[in-house]
Amino acid sequence: MSVLVIAEHESGVLKPETAKVVAAATKIASHVTVLVAGHNIAEAADHSAQIAGVQKVVAVDDASFAHQLAENTSELVVELASDFSHILFSASTTGKNIAPRVAALLDKSQISEIIDVIDADTFKRPIYAGNAIATVKSLDSQKVITVRASAFDAADTQAACDIEARSQSIASQVSEFVSIEQTESERPELTAAPVVISGGRGMQNGENFALLNGIADKLGAAIGASRAAVDAGFVPNDMQVGQTGKIVAPNLYIAVGISGAIQHLAGMKDSKVIVAINKDPEAPIFQVADYGLVADLFDALPELEQAL
Amino acid sequence: MKVLVPIKRVIDYNVKARVKPDNSDVDLSNVKMAINPFCEIAVEEAVRLKEAGTATEVIAVSIGDKACQEQLRTALALGADKAIHIESDAKLESLHVAKLLAKIVEQESPELVILGKQSIDSDNNQTGQMLAALTKRAQGTFASKVVVDGNKLQVTREVDGGLQTVSLSLPAVVTTDLRLNEPRYASLPNIMKAKRKPLDVITADSLGVDLAPRIELVKVEEPAKRSGGVMVESVEELVNKLKTEAKVIS
Repeated sequence: MSVLVIAEHESGVLKPETAKVVAAATKIASHVTVLVAGHNIAEAADHSAQIAGVQKVVAVDDASFAHQLAENTSELVVELASDFSHILFSASTTGKNIAPRVAALLDKSQISEIIDVIDADTFKRPIYAGNAIATVKSLDSQKVITVRASAFDAADTQAACDIEARSQSIASQVSEFVSIEQTESERPELTAAPVVISGGRGMQNGENFALLNGIADKLGAAIGASRAAVDAGFVPNDMQVGQTGKIVAPNLYIAVGISGAIQHLAGMKDSKVIVAINKDPEAPIFQVADYGLVADLFDALPELEQAL
Repeated sequence: MKVLVPIKRVIDYNVKARVKPDNSDVDLSNVKMAINPFCEIAVEEAVRLKEAGTATEVIAVSIGDKACQEQLRTALALGADKAIHIESDAKLESLHVAKLLAKIVEQESPELVILGKQSIDSDNNQTGQMLAALTKRAQGTFASKVVVDGNKLQVTREVDGGLQTVSLSLPAVVTTDLRLNEPRYASLPNIMKAKRKPLDVITADSLGVDLAPRIELVKVEEPAKRSGGVMVESVEELVNKLKTEAKVIS
C-alpha cells in the first residue's frame, strides 16, 4: 500500500495542513509520496520533502496548475493515481474542490473529512454537523479521502527526501482563473492559530468586532465569527467558524456573544480549552465551555484586554 | 438557458440529530425534514436567473423515496417550472447521486446545473464536483456570486482566506455557498400553483446506474462529550484560571 498526499500551498508557500495530512497518511501506510502541483513551487516542494514520513516528493511546476483549478489538477492526479492505494487531500476549500472530481474520474466513492484512521479501509468522520461520528469502511480498491487537518497533529520534520520534478501541462478549455481577493490580515489564519477569539450576534454590528482586536493582538489570536454574525452581515464569511465555515481546534477558543448553535459547535468543540462570555446564563455555549463568564461583553472585553 | 437544480430532503437544520441506541445510524423517525439549506439557495439563484430573463426554464430534481416530492413541491412553489423525482429506496452515496444526475443532464441538456455545496446530513461536499467530472463540465464550487456573461459564467468562490473568481465556459456546474443569496419564502398562492406544476416520476433503476454500495456504514456514535466546565465570577478570575489552571496563556 502507498499513499499519495496532495500538498496544500498558497502561492508556492506550503501550508501547515500538509504536515497534518501526512500524519494521517502515515497511519494508513508507510509509503507516502507528496504531490506538489502549481507554479513556482520550489519552496513548497523543499518543505514537503522535510516532513517526516515522506519518501518522495513529486513536483509538477507549470503555469497550467498555477491556481490549482480543479479541472486541471484533477486530471494530473488521475494520471499519477495508478501507483497508489490511497489519495489524500486536506479538507480545505482547495482539497474539497478537487478531490471529488478525482474520485468521480477514478469511479471511486470518496470519504470526506476523516478525523481518525482505524485501518487502511476504515475511518471515522463526523456527520450531521458533528452530532454523530460515523465509522465507515471503504469497499473500493482505491480510496480518495479528504482529511480534517485539525484532527491530526502535524508530522515532525526529517532530513529532506528526494524530489522528482515532472514536467506536465494540462490546459483546460473550460475554466480560467480571473482574480483572487485575499483577506488582508496580520493575524494567523483561523485554522492554524493557537488561539481563536470569535464574536457572535451579541457583537451587535461589524464595528464592535474591533473590541476583539486588542485581545487578539495580546494573545496572537485569529478572529472568527459565528454564522449568525456572518448572516447578519457583520463580518465576511471567511471568518465563519462552524459546520458551514471553518473547523478549528486551537489550544484556546474564546466565544464572545455566541449562543452556541449546533452548527457553530461543530466548528470549534474540539478546541482544547473553551471560554464563553455571554450575558445569557442559559446559552448552550456554556455546556461545552471549560470556563464560562456571564457578563455583558461590552464590559467584559475591555476588562479582559486590560487584564492580559 | 435551461437550469437544472438538484435538491435533497434532509433533517431540518434546527433539529439535533440523535444516534440510534444500537449505534446503527442516526434516528430519523418522527423527525422534521426539510429542503437542505444549500439546495434552497440553489433554487433561489436559479429562479432569480429566470426572473432576470437569463434562464428560460428551471427544473428541480430530487432522488429518494416518495417523501422527497414534498421538497420538490417546495422548489416548485419557490419558482421552479417542473420537477423530476427519481424514485429510490437505496442508501445512495454521492457518487451514485452524481451518476443518476449525469443521466438527467444527458436527457435535459441544461446549460447550467446549480446545487448546494453540501447536505447537512452526510456533510460530504462531493456531488457537484463529481457531476461536473462525469459530465466533463467546468465547476464553480462554493459560489457567493454568479454572473452570466454570454457563453461564460463568472463565479466568485468562497475560498480559505478570501474570494476567488473564475470564468467558466458554459455548460457548467455551480455549487452554492451561504452568501450567494437569501432565499424567499413561498407565498400561499405560489404553494397552490405549485400543486398543478408538472412532477415526473421515474425510477432510479430505469437510468441504468450501478448503485451497489462502495462504503459500508460500520457504526454511528455520539461524539465524545465535553465534561462540564466551571462558571467564573469575573474577568480577573477567568484570566487567573487560564494562566494557572488551564495554562493556555502566560
